[in-house]
This record gives sequence, structure tokens and C-alpha cells, in this order.
Amino acid sequence: MTALTDLTVAGIRDGVRDGAFSAREVAEAFNAAVAGAKALNAFIVETPEHALAAADAADKAKAEDNLKPLSGVPIGMKDLFATAGYQTTAASHMLEGFVPPYHATVAAKLFDAGAGMLGKLNLDQFAMGSSNETSYFGNVISPWRRNDGGNAPLAPGGSSGGSSAAIAARIVPAATGTDTGGSIRQPAAFTGISGIKPTYGRCSRYGIVAFASSLDQAGPMARDVRDCAILLEAMSGFDAKDATSLDLPVPDWEALLSGDLTGKRVGIPREYRVEGMPAEIEALWEKGIALVKDAGATVVDVSLPHTRYALATYYIIAPAEASSNLARYDGVRYGLRDLPDGANLQDMYAATRADGFGPEVKRRILIGTYVLSAGYYDAYYTKAQRVRALIARDFERAFETCDLLLTPTAPSAAFALGEKNADPLAMYLNDVFTVPASLAGLPAMSVPAGLDAKGLPLGLQIIGKPLDEQGVLDAGLAIEQRAGFSARPEAWW
Amino acid sequence: MSVDAATVRKIASLARIATTDQEVEAMVPELNNILGWIEQLSEVDTAGIEPLAAVIPNTLRLRADQVTDGGIRDKVLANAPQAEHGFFAVPKVIE
Repeated sequence: MTALTDLTVAGIRDGVRDGAFSAREVAEAFNAAVAGAKALNAFIVETPEHALAAADAADKAKAEDNLKPLSGVPIGMKDLFATAGYQTTAASHMLEGFVPPYHATVAAKLFDAGAGMLGKLNLDQFAMGSSNETSYFGNVISPWRRNDGGNAPLAPGGSSGGSSAAIAARIVPAATGTDTGGSIRQPAAFTGISGIKPTYGRCSRYGIVAFASSLDQAGPMARDVRDCAILLEAMSGFDAKDATSLDLPVPDWEALLSGDLTGKRVGIPREYRVEGMPAEIEALWEKGIALVKDAGATVVDVSLPHTRYALATYYIIAPAEASSNLARYDGVRYGLRDLPDGANLQDMYAATRADGFGPEVKRRILIGTYVLSAGYYDAYYTKAQRVRALIARDFERAFETCDLLLTPTAPSAAFALGEKNADPLAMYLNDVFTVPASLAGLPAMSVPAGLDAKGLPLGLQIIGKPLDEQGVLDAGLAIEQRAGFSARPEAWW
Repeated sequence: MSVDAATVRKIASLARIATTDQEVEAMVPELNNILGWIEQLSEVDTAGIEPLAAVIPNTLRLRADQVTDGGIRDKVLANAPQAEHGFFAVPKVIE
């Protein structure tokens, strides 16, 4: 029999429903896996009791024939989602010890659907980073290793690096993520799993520690496309507590899944062939093109002329919004307070924020403060918002001749921890393929499609029209069914 | 545009982040590196393009002017570093 921890979300759900095993057995298996994987540092807090309580509720529901969509399914929760009664830190010293009195809407929806929580997953501090090296609680180590025998600890991607590492290591079947400029998709690509960022507004932002509000979106990360569809259904839906929440019905994404792309036009944006792209990434992209053709799609060449300006646009807008959002951490209402002897209120603010924020968070707050400051606002922020409009228009025009876009997810496989963090700019460039869809609010997902020469996973990204998560998931499924990706990291932890 | 140490100190003060001279010194080239790179946007012709604020067309909703939440003072104060007499407490502001 398959180990319970090798099951997908669908497998667990169906197995509990059919009585193949109990939800408690599943929760115990994953709790043990979590407890045995401390070397990955994927969790900030483990919550085995939550997973067990939800499992017992699921077993009771099974006996009463009253199962919910996620009954019996334990998941990991990125520690950016407020969870009532459980510490929520955004991987920062600032929020260390903060125990919210309420749930984020997405967390509440998952719990209401029957899911249990295995723990709060590590991430880049305030979701700012692409390698999980900015967490106050230490780096997450990817379960993957290069096949060169060097055993260099690798980055699980970021900012949802605890989520990606835990799923790849099979210590959780699925997890929540959030994506501001690629924080679901890039870690998914680095660890050989799937993850989808839905259309901006699908998932409520209420109770998610804010980074850049016009970009932040929650989404699921899991081992396959079907699981992403199942979880996204549970996470999505209108919420009056989020002013940008979309008041639309949630489609039956799972029931409608189809890997048949007959009649679909898949666009290949020529500007994504960036200079210096490794041959392995090029080859992966070619493979993806062949796979979607095999699934019945026609492939068309498209142009997104402002692609090369997306990163610079993002690194104005995201820090600007962050500097505003993070102004709330002042040592008064919650979180850290640093009150030096004889300090006045202003000193307290400055000391608290100096102590509570890590270097990357400070860097982004300072950039944001600068670009929003008097005299520079128009030159930087307004200019970036105009270029953002052009980037969104590029997508609109491309979607006149195609239904979906296919690109690589990241310009490289996972890099080693410490390899890129000396130069903030080099790290930012890792988001080159994921940021444009974020700026335009479009649904986008990463699916694993192959391995590089060193045995590390590589991902392909599918970008869809606004609200066409179904098209994105279908194309993801078509690639998944044909790529035959079955590699998994060998347990060393 | 580039920043010098005095500008970095001013931005840090606006952002209410205490900095040491050493930190400021380290941040000057880092910020200039990033600012120099985002400068590339000046190449883009944006004449007649409206700044984009909302990515997905959506209208701001109105709701009835009714109290829908509240009465949870203790919960609100539960995470305060210092709460006194039902209030957030801060160092003395007025001498």
C-alpha cells in the first residue's frame, strides 16, 4: 500500500470518504513526517493538535455521512495568514509572539471546508525575497540536492519557501501560498510541485499580512494540478472584508478539469527569450510547446513589448506599497516594542522598527519611502503606474490572438543558499518571468516539467486571461499528463 | 537620480527606522544600485497613458451605515505591548 504521506489531496479526500483509511491515520502520519523533518526548517510553529482535531471531526462526519470538501485533509499554512490562537509572524521579529484573535478569510474557508492545519510555514520575511533567506527564523532548506554529490543546501524559492519545501518533501500534501511577484510560482518551480496564483481578487486578502496590496494574491500549492483546483475552490470567493474582492461565483474548477486543449491557442511571447537564458530552460520551453501541441492546442507567436520594463516597474510599486503597509508596525498596538531608556514616542517608533525589521525589509521600505517622497512621486511612482498600464495592455492585445501564454517559470533551477544574497539586484532578477502577470493581475500557474543536468526540477508557467483559471489549470493538467514528471527528492532530513 | 548619506538618513527618518552611520554607509551604494536600475523606466514613452491603479475592473461597494463589528476591546488590546485602563499606552508625548 502507498504510504499515507505519498497521497495527494484528492487521494486523501477520496480514501477517507471510501473508508480506505481514517482521517486520524492520515493526520498522525503527516504529524510524524513534520516532526521528523526539522532539518528543513520549513515550519515556524507546528500544530499537530489542530490537524488531529480536524481529523477527528472528519472521522465523525464520515460516520454521520456529512463529509465536507476537504474533510480529512491536513495542510500547511504559510505564516502570512492570520490564524486565531496560533502565532502569526510573517517570519519577522516584529510579529514574533503575535497571536491573532481572528482567522484570515482564506484560512477560515479552508477550516470550514474541513481541512486541518499541520503548522505555520516559514517564508521570506514579510514575503520579501525569492530564496527564503530573509526569514527571522532561519533559512528553509530545499529537500532537493544536486546530483553532483556536493550536497550544497539549496534554496526552496521564495517567498513561499516553507510551503514548497514541505510539499516536495511530502511532509504536507498541500499548503497555502501567497504571490506578489512570483512567490507561489517560483518556489513551486524550484521544488518540482504545482502552484497557482488566481486572478487578483479571487481570494480575499483579509487577514493576510499585507506586503503590496495591489499585487498580493493567495493561492494553493500542491503536488499536482487537480489538488490545486480542489484547494483553490475552497480558498476563493467574495469577501465583504476585502474591498478588492471579486463578487463572482466560484467555478467548479476540479469537476471541469480537462487536459484536452483542442481549439486552444497558446501564445509564446518572444520577449521572454531573455539574453543569457540557459540552454536547459530553452529546451524545457520547447518541450512545453511540443506538449501543448500534442494536447491539441495551436501555438502562436505573440509579442509583449514592455516585458523588459516589468521588473523595474515592480520594484517601484511593490516597495512603495510596502512602505505604506508596513507603517502600521509602530510598537503601539501589536508586535514588538523597543523602548530605550528615556526614549520619547518618536524614538520608540524608530528603535522598534530598526530592531523588528530585517535588512531586506528595511531596504524595501527605504526604496518605497524614497519613490513616494515629495519631488520624486511623479518621476518614480506615477511613471511606474503608467508603465504598468502598458504592461497590462500588452497582455490584453496578446489575448486577442491567443487564449493562454506559455513561458518558463524561472530563469534557472534552484540556486544554492548564499549564492545570490550578496547582491539584492541579482536576486530580484529571478522574478523576471513571474512579475509581468502579477502586475496585470492575471491568473498564472507553474507546473513541473523536467529536470536540469544536475537533477533539479524546472517549471513551466501558464498565464491566462482574467478569470480564466480553468484555462490555466487545463493547460497545466495537459502538461502534467504528458511531461511524466515523477522525480522526488531522496530523503536525507 | 542618486542618493547620498544625508538623503538616506532623511529617508530613514521619514520611515521611522533608526540607523547607524555604518548602516547608512552600506545602504548608499545598495540603494543607488537599485535606483539606477529602475531609472530605465524613463526610456518608456508613457505620453497619454493613465496610471494603472486597479488591475481588474471592480467597483467600490457601498454598504448600509450600520455597526457590523465591535465590542471586542479586550481582543483588540490583547496584543498591545502595553495596555492600560482599556487604552494603548505610549511614552509621554506632552511635557
